Amino acid sequence: MQLDRDEDILRAAEDWRKAGRGVALATVVETWGSAPRPAGSSLVINDEGTFLGSVSGGCVEGAVVTEALDVIDSGTPKLLEFGVADETAWKVGLSCGGTIRVFVEKVD
Amino acid sequence: MKFEILQQLNAERAARRPAIVVTDTATGAQRLVKSADIAADPLAAELDKQLRMGKSATVEVGGQKLFLNVYAPTAKLVIVGAVHISQALAPLARSLGYDVTVVDPRTAFASPERFPEVPLIAEWPDVALPPLNIDHYTAFVALTHDPKIDDPALLHAFARDCFYIGALGSKKTHAKRLERLKGEGASDADLGRIHAPIGLAIGAVSPSEIAVSIMAEITAALRLPASSKAAAA
Repeated sequence: MQLDRDEDILRAAEDWRKAGRGVALATVVETWGSAPRPAGSSLVINDEGTFLGSVSGGCVEGAVVTEALDVIDSGTPKLLEFGVADETAWKVGLSCGGTIRVFVEKVD
Repeated sequence: MKFEILQQLNAERAARRPAIVVTDTATGAQRLVKSADIAADPLAAELDKQLRMGKSATVEVGGQKLFLNVYAPTAKLVIVGAVHISQALAPLARSLGYDVTVVDPRTAFASPERFPEVPLIAEWPDVALPPLNIDHYTAFVALTHDPKIDDPALLHAFARDCFYIGALGSKKTHAKRLERLKGEGASDADLGRIHAPIGLAIGAVSPSEIAVSIMAEITAALRLPASSKAAAA
């Protein structure tokens, strides 16, 4: 049973798709250490770069949105990993010290 | 995600039926498992466990990494009785993530001053409860001590298969209540589902402590597998 699921991301995904937009879903599928959001947290992104939801409370959303725009173009899903060990740590790493894996897929 | 899967998933969610999306994160292969189909699924044990915990997770099955994304309805708590315990119980339950509604036909009790930020319905149970769409994902507590209010409310909870039903009152009070409800046509199985005296036995004295004991008992009903619940009882 679920306790407090936030804003309705999947409803937005369906509505955007129905309106003819390119849409991608990004979902946290694995976490290690003190990850900011649990597995199942998700972000929906449309081809204008508009997004709803959260996969990290703000730390890596920018990078996820960029990747999601790629996925909307290519149709090929991606598995992204973010953590402090990344080369890009100073840009998009998680300040909390955790690591997360984010699955990005197109809604088609 | 296929648009068709997304639409089916949203339909299940709108109907307050749980569903799980299984994704092979290496290939993107994906399927939707509705709650009615879990028992017959090859991943039944994993799906059942994650659904009970309300937790999405990646599991490894036969060398494949599968992400099980759990969509379960938000748990509700319906409190009948805008009493002192309820004033502590409502905010505690909200902090635990429940959608809380308080019902009490006595307007002196069901006042917004006593219950800020909680939906309050100052009506008798026969009017107040049907529109709440009480279901299996609802915990139900009757706290008024007044049979005119608690009894019809409990009968409604039986009919809606709430995952937890609790009623305030001593063993003696509860024995009388069981007799009355039986007279109203409640089955022994239904009567056996009432947790009474309500709450885990933690020696609670104050309204806030009783609220903690009630939420602890509801949490156990929500999270423990059926086998360990039987062992604990």
